[in-house]
Amino acid sequence: MLSALRTLWNVFLHMFRKRVTVQYPEQKPYLAPRWRGRIILSRDPDGGERCVACYLCAVACPVDCIALQATEDQTGRRYPEFFRINFSRCIFCGYCEEACPTYAIQLTPDFEMAEYERQNLVYEKEDLLIDGPGKYPGYNFWRVAGVKIGGKDKGEAQNETAPVDLHTLLP
Amino acid sequence: MSTVYIENRPHQMNEKQNLLEGCLSAGMNLPYFCWHPALGSVGACRQCAVKQFKDESDTHGRIVMACMTPAANGTRISIDDPEAVEFRRAVVEGLMLNHPHDCPVCDEGGECHLQDMTVMTGHAYRRATFEKRTFRNQYLGPFVNHEMNRCIQCYRCVRFYREYAGGGDLNAFSLRDIVYFGRERDGVLESEFAGNLVEVCPTGVFTDATHKRHYTRKWDLQFGPSVCIHCGLGCNTSVAERYGTVRRIVNRYHRAINGYFLCDRGRYGYEFVNSSQRIRQPRLRGRLVPAEAALGYLRLLAGGSVMGIGSPRASLESNFALRKLVGPEHFYAGIPSSEASVLALMLKILRTSTARTPTLHEIEEADALFILGEDVSNTAPRMALSARQSTRQQPMQGLERLHIPLWLDHPVREAVQNARGPLFVATPFATRLDGIATRAIRGAPDDLARLGFAVAHAINGSAPSEGVVDGTAEIAEALQRAHRPVVISGASLRNAALVQAAANIARARPGAALALIAPECNSLGLALLDAAPLEGALATHAETLIILENDLYRRAPEEVADKFLSRFHHIVVLDSLENATTRHAELLLPAATFAEGDGTFVSSEGRAQRALQAFVPPEAIAESWRWLGEWKSLDEAVAALAADIPALAAITSASPPASFREAGQKIPREPARYSGRTAKLAQISVHEPKPPDDPDTPLAFSMEGSPNQPPPAVTPFFWSPGWNSYQAINKFQEEIAGPLRGGDSGVRLFEPAARGNGYFPGAPRRFEPKPNEWLIVPIHHIFGSEELSRHAPGVAELAPQPYVALNPRDAEAFGAEVFCLGQRVRVRLAPEAPSGVVGVPADIPPFLGFDLPMRAEIRRAE
Repeated sequence: MLSALRTLWNVFLHMFRKRVTVQYPEQKPYLAPRWRGRIILSRDPDGGERCVACYLCAVACPVDCIALQATEDQTGRRYPEFFRINFSRCIFCGYCEEACPTYAIQLTPDFEMAEYERQNLVYEKEDLLIDGPGKYPGYNFWRVAGVKIGGKDKGEAQNETAPVDLHTLLP
Repeated sequence: MSTVYIENRPHQMNEKQNLLEGCLSAGMNLPYFCWHPALGSVGACRQCAVKQFKDESDTHGRIVMACMTPAANGTRISIDDPEAVEFRRAVVEGLMLNHPHDCPVCDEGGECHLQDMTVMTGHAYRRATFEKRTFRNQYLGPFVNHEMNRCIQCYRCVRFYREYAGGGDLNAFSLRDIVYFGRERDGVLESEFAGNLVEVCPTGVFTDATHKRHYTRKWDLQFGPSVCIHCGLGCNTSVAERYGTVRRIVNRYHRAINGYFLCDRGRYGYEFVNSSQRIRQPRLRGRLVPAEAALGYLRLLAGGSVMGIGSPRASLESNFALRKLVGPEHFYAGIPSSEASVLALMLKILRTSTARTPTLHEIEEADALFILGEDVSNTAPRMALSARQSTRQQPMQGLERLHIPLWLDHPVREAVQNARGPLFVATPFATRLDGIATRAIRGAPDDLARLGFAVAHAINGSAPSEGVVDGTAEIAEALQRAHRPVVISGASLRNAALVQAAANIARARPGAALALIAPECNSLGLALLDAAPLEGALATHAETLIILENDLYRRAPEEVADKFLSRFHHIVVLDSLENATTRHAELLLPAATFAEGDGTFVSSEGRAQRALQAFVPPEAIAESWRWLGEWKSLDEAVAALAADIPALAAITSASPPASFREAGQKIPREPARYSGRTAKLAQISVHEPKPPDDPDTPLAFSMEGSPNQPPPAVTPFFWSPGWNSYQAINKFQEEIAGPLRGGDSGVRLFEPAARGNGYFPGAPRRFEPKPNEWLIVPIHHIFGSEELSRHAPGVAELAPQPYVALNPRDAEAFGAEVFCLGQRVRVRLAPEAPSGVVGVPADIPPFLGFDLPMRAEIRRAE
């Protein structure tokens, strides 16, 4: 008897508590910047594609839902010829982002990806690539790496001396 | 064997090896860079440091380099000693000072020895903040890519390239801590073994330039254990596939054959598989038809009067399937009688000779070589690398007295200096082995055969000979004095007398081994099927002609082939690439290449080996034996073949049957970390297809299966935890540089006969130059002379332009260009060439289909 009354009283008190139900979709929930949602490919500060097609995201992926093929432009800059994520398999674990050495692949605070057709959950590079650097504004892998690409010669990367003149090595 | 204590635990080691080899053989992980099992120890990188103790009571110990310390009995060492661990970590940190931040865009990444060793030593964070030195790269040709920033100065590349492979154009340019490995200036690397730099280099300085164009990480490749089809030696390769195209070829270690190295034709010829010339669907009178319709039509035609032409580049099963379909009496070998007769002779010698057919490993260990009439560097390139090693054998024989172990590379080279063991090269034109030959002898093929006969006679008086030939005594003496002499000859000059002469020498000198080089990957297998040569086919007639993987326009002159093909109502052609013959096909069937099909090939050594497919092509491509035969699986085809042809009965044991299971499971073709399974075909359908079944082999098209080491014949790739690079091979060998666990794969069909036959009588007559009638001799080229590899862009780039090689005195009568065999070509001077002999590039357009050597006229081009 006492317990039933206490329960009624508790229910009554709840009428005066703050409401937790969010009126989604009219009202959008707060998602932290590091929230692991829809995956994107970002660009470096110069506007070039950040992805260098190193295959590390693909190999880190526990459900093997990333497939890509590397290619190079005429200057030696490597990029993915195609980049495909099968979101019908993706578990949004974020391992791909963790594995990415160039900050190219990032998970975003967006979960609104529902589809009626499963096939539509297969995203190609044009669906993934955004125009900005995403969460990591300053970084440009090519300024750190030692390979030569268009606009950056040998010895022009960070912490590099000018290329050795081989004539100085001759006796 | 000796007992070595590692962390106070006894291990059995080979006392002829060093501690590093012993530790690796014992399954320990010990990092190293400059040591290579084929190149020996130089102790340069200081990476394999271990602590050695005097005895049980010694607790101090001292740091030694494992690669420079013999695995002597009673040695006590510690790998895990904190001081040794710290030493190795410090060494790797030093090596990494200038290493660029390249791994994500480096082709070596994921199979990099430097990555593996850095992880093994525990060096994870860069403390150095100062600047890195940089270099400019060089263009090194279509096969090898250069990225010099990544170098850690282990010197393996120049040690392999200069000391092992005999190349001259790659060198180290150094000053203080600045060391540059490259050429004097940009240019194609001259050595035909340059591709091995890709595997020899522990990091990404030298990488596969063909792979770079369709780059895939090692963990994403699906591998197939294969056998190289670009010459007759049967080197073992791993074929790697991704997204339905072949991405690269890597060496598959076979102790007795290729060891650690391949030639560039074998490594880079694969690109023909991806060629736009590939036949991918059956075609009936030019229109695409479904496979069932094509098969129905083939059966219909086969019911009538039918004749078949086999091929030395098709597998035993495919040739046998055709032979069975058309009947043995209507089956022809598809090679001209000039070649077929030499092959039949070689087969007879293999069956009856008392001399052993050496493996390439045995040629490496020979201490005297006589190469008779074969330009080995071009007809069987990997054998030339073995021949090069053999010249070190005789000078190294005295080293035991000096107490220098053979693995101690620099002292061995100091002791040997420039001394070379006997190597005699007798060929019509200059070869790349001439530089290390004791003597290079030039002559017309018949004169070389006379030399061979004379040498046999000089060794044993009962051998026949006619007259004295210059150089005889020297060669005979060298062969007699040697402990393990080898005579090498072959079919490339299509001269039976040369092969007979070589056989006579091997008979005259008991204990000599005899290596006979067959021109194509299955020439010997085809000879074992005992078919009549092409001329037999030209003389007979049938309603339907079935041509198996053979371009008749390479076997017979154009007008002969045209006339022959025009006589048939129906022509069925099975082939993988479009060629002149496929244009005449009424029914064209897409044949699988080595990458997509299974088949058995018999190498020059007489070893039957099975090449197993790497992937299932999306189109209707199938093995020729599947098109022609009624068998459901490879095992059925092999069993039928073995039952029908007793000489080939042993091939059933060339590799384990499809029912073989390792720990109850199939053997995975894909590495455990294969990626993209649920995405690679998602653009077609999001519903993943089941991986294809493989009814033919114990391998699976999957990453799932037994993690155990499979038998060598069906090992698709080498990987071991912590060893992602090719150096993982250490974990698959019985001992370092020994056979793979499970023994040498393949089955040798011929062993030396107990009694042997007699001498071949009668040397040919002396070659007499005749005015206006020249002996036209084929000159083989590693790049270009082989039919399929020519379709690889890199090989095509390095193939020579047509030319005519002439002695300068003979060339005086002509201008810069001549008409030869109906073609206008430029003259190339060959200073050492015999008079009256003209060389033309073998099987390079337009010199196709001529029955060389032949006598013909050449005219001055106005």
